[in-house]
Amino acid sequence: MQTLTINGQPVPVEADPETPLLWVLRDHLGMTGTKFGCGKAFCGACTVHVDGAPMRSCSLPLAAVAGRKIATIEGLSKDRSHPVQRAWIELDVPQCGYCQSGQIMSAVALLAQTKTPTDADIDAAMAGNICRCGTYARIRAAIHRAAELMQAALPRQAAEPLHSGQPTLQRPS
Amino acid sequence: MRDPEASGCEAGGLEAGRREFLRAVARLGGGLVLALSLPACAPKRAATAGGAGGTGATGQINAWLKIAGDNTITVLVDRSEMGQGVYTALPTLLAEELEVPLSVIRIEAAPVGDAYVNQGNGGQITGTSNSVSDAWDKLRLAGARARTMLIAAGAAAWGVSPADCHAEAGKVVNGRGESLTYGQLAEAAAKLAVPKDVALKPAARFALIGRNLPRLDTPDKCDGSAEFGIDVRRPGMLYAALAQCPVLGGSLKEFDDSAAAVLPGVRKILQTPSGVVVVADHFWQALKARDALRISWHSRDNASLDDAAIRASLHKTLATDPGKAARAEGDVAKALQASSSVHAATYELPLLAHATMEPMNCTADVTAEACDLYVGTQVQQMAQAAAADAAGLPAQRVRVHTTLLGGGFGRRLEIDFIPAAVAASKAVGVPVKLIWTREDDMTHDYYRPPASIRLDAGFDANRKLVAWRFHSVSPSITARFAPDATDPFDSVVEGAANTPYEIPNLSVNYTRQEIGIGVGYMRSVSHAINCFAIESFMDELAHASAKDPVAFRLELLEKKPRHRRVLQAAADLAGWGHPSAGHHLGLALMEGYTTVIAQVAEISIEQGALKIHKISCAVDCGQMVNPRIVQSQIEGGIVFGLSAALWGEINVAGGQVRQQNFNSYRVARLNEMPEVVVKLLDSPEPPGGIGEPAVALVAPALGNALFAATGQRIRALPLAAQKFVKIA
Repeated sequence: MQTLTINGQPVPVEADPETPLLWVLRDHLGMTGTKFGCGKAFCGACTVHVDGAPMRSCSLPLAAVAGRKIATIEGLSKDRSHPVQRAWIELDVPQCGYCQSGQIMSAVALLAQTKTPTDADIDAAMAGNICRCGTYARIRAAIHRAAELMQAALPRQAAEPLHSGQPTLQRPS
Repeated sequence: MRDPEASGCEAGGLEAGRREFLRAVARLGGGLVLALSLPACAPKRAATAGGAGGTGATGQINAWLKIAGDNTITVLVDRSEMGQGVYTALPTLLAEELEVPLSVIRIEAAPVGDAYVNQGNGGQITGTSNSVSDAWDKLRLAGARARTMLIAAGAAAWGVSPADCHAEAGKVVNGRGESLTYGQLAEAAAKLAVPKDVALKPAARFALIGRNLPRLDTPDKCDGSAEFGIDVRRPGMLYAALAQCPVLGGSLKEFDDSAAAVLPGVRKILQTPSGVVVVADHFWQALKARDALRISWHSRDNASLDDAAIRASLHKTLATDPGKAARAEGDVAKALQASSSVHAATYELPLLAHATMEPMNCTADVTAEACDLYVGTQVQQMAQAAAADAAGLPAQRVRVHTTLLGGGFGRRLEIDFIPAAVAASKAVGVPVKLIWTREDDMTHDYYRPPASIRLDAGFDANRKLVAWRFHSVSPSITARFAPDATDPFDSVVEGAANTPYEIPNLSVNYTRQEIGIGVGYMRSVSHAINCFAIESFMDELAHASAKDPVAFRLELLEKKPRHRRVLQAAADLAGWGHPSAGHHLGLALMEGYTTVIAQVAEISIEQGALKIHKISCAVDCGQMVNPRIVQSQIEGGIVFGLSAALWGEINVAGGQVRQQNFNSYRVARLNEMPEVVVKLLDSPEPPGGIGEPAVALVAPALGNALFAATGQRIRALPLAAQKFVKIA
């Protein structure tokens, strides 16, 4: 038995320590927002945050994430109110939607690090997330829009974690 | 009509006492008690099978509409949502005539049913980009009939004439200004005869159609709650992985499961016609056990099949068999002989994989009496039949619950991933979710067929194009779906047989040449194949006759004002004729799915490598239900076409597909995207297809731009495999 910290909550898990975090989330914990796309960290559909950094959960064994803080799409907000979610909804980014949890998690990590990303920043941060429907232009626009929303909300946002009980998502220094 | 999430639980259709009771409960106990009382008001799940629905007082008005006593309006959508927007566009059609805002509508995937047959496809099929055109009249009539019945029910309740009542915003209003909600009237309305003749709104009065309304499926796709097939969970469910013969077309010889069977979590290992299935408590355990199987396979006929053999067979047939004529005008042979100059070229296209982001999967729950199938499918009836066969049940005992599709692109027109899930559930007596890995998916696709296409053309002494011969050699997709079909062509000559160009002597021939590998429909199907050949050759002919490629095409489109307009719009959008310094433009035009579309690629060569700056696209797809979704389909189609043009290629060696995952089957990523500019032209034409056409033009537009830049002609794809193309 291991205890993971997921979206700010301690979660006991009974699984082979080799089991990728992706399948722990999906099969053991029923958190199916994080998607299986390739199993080899090529596509980004399974992106979660580990200690604030975007990582491919399909290639992270359970043993490697014990004691680390994991954040998933389900923990972003309770009501789709995270600025990245709001921007995604405002611009109707998704088509089939399957890759979008991973896209959103990569975008959130980018914006936590870089408040007003350039197109080059977006290229670098999002190159690991494939979308076969081809929503890339809207993803780019939505990231810029989310940056605006975050700036607008800065005084309040800066003081608040992304959601209650959850530390602010930051890359480890 | 209000947001059902917020206030739809006011139970308007219930008798006053019960309504008061519920209001009291709501005040005292809060939403939870209310939610328990009215299941439709429980926190919304994703739009999937059986998710939405009303109270016991639900009036099922017709095959597409349920209105619950609590005013919940549910539209049953009979096409699969795979990103193309049908869960928004089809309800928009119905809501337009029903007189309700789109935002109040809940979606439920339709079950298998005769009412849900797509007249354009002859089955309950999502494909051929015709969901909107098929539904255009059908769902507007369904909405208008329901509105008429609700008005009649209201009029009867008041004892007034229906003529003195009207519908607005989910209510029927009488001449005195009194109103009853649809929820209050639904039960009575559902008992009325369905009116036959109802008037549909003229386009000038559309309140929803033609507006950029938000997609109904977006919010759930932004918080992880949208439910795809792979997300389905059933009580007691086990997971399964499938071992298939690595050689396509091969079969199982024997297997030893002694090492696999003792691994943790393994519940059952069984042989099925699809391969060996391992059922375990969790998917990771099933995968580990699958890898521990020792299996021998029969390779059958494909043991030595490779790219060279496939290419050689297509070439040989192209050289030796004239094919069957799909269209013949004038006398091409004679016209070619009499021509002042003749031109010929052969174009080649490789096999492609669909590579939907969600790998194939299926969840089955088989009992002695019935089978519940939870699956992202484009073919509900075929899925039902496949499950029935595997379960040993009559088809009507199989309930198909269509989930959201994590990409379709035609891959989910296939049912090959269904039988093993059904067999596994039947064997273990509990629900089983079978998931293919990405490698399973990529190596066991029904691939886009390869093709060799030869084109011949002749000019007369006045440099007028007078002869055109098109001959395609390719395996048949349709023959597998409909072996008894009398039409040998179906989609294979699309874009060629119906070419908009006016050429007096014209022939379009096709020869079927099987390659031993199953081929399938892929987004833009044969358009994407034929358009590359036709539009590249058009460019060759324009240059051969020293004419501007736009002007050359316009000459051949004198009687096609719609095509001329689209072509000119794309040229204008791209700045045709005056590109930036060092930039070069290439053009393609197509009519497909009754949509007319043109694209211009703008490129440069930087340090010897292709750099794509911009794709400009103009389209006339007839009347649009939701222009924002139309635009997204064009943007997405261009990305899909870009992946195929630049890198798309499935290679075969020893009968096995060499690409396994996205590292070797490269697709476009965000950082590789050029600017995409789209011009949607206003059009009075009936709605055309929009999910597919944009895919087909990218490759010829790029190839033509490359010729403009380098003088080198692209006659084979992908570009990355051509010796003289480097990609920046």
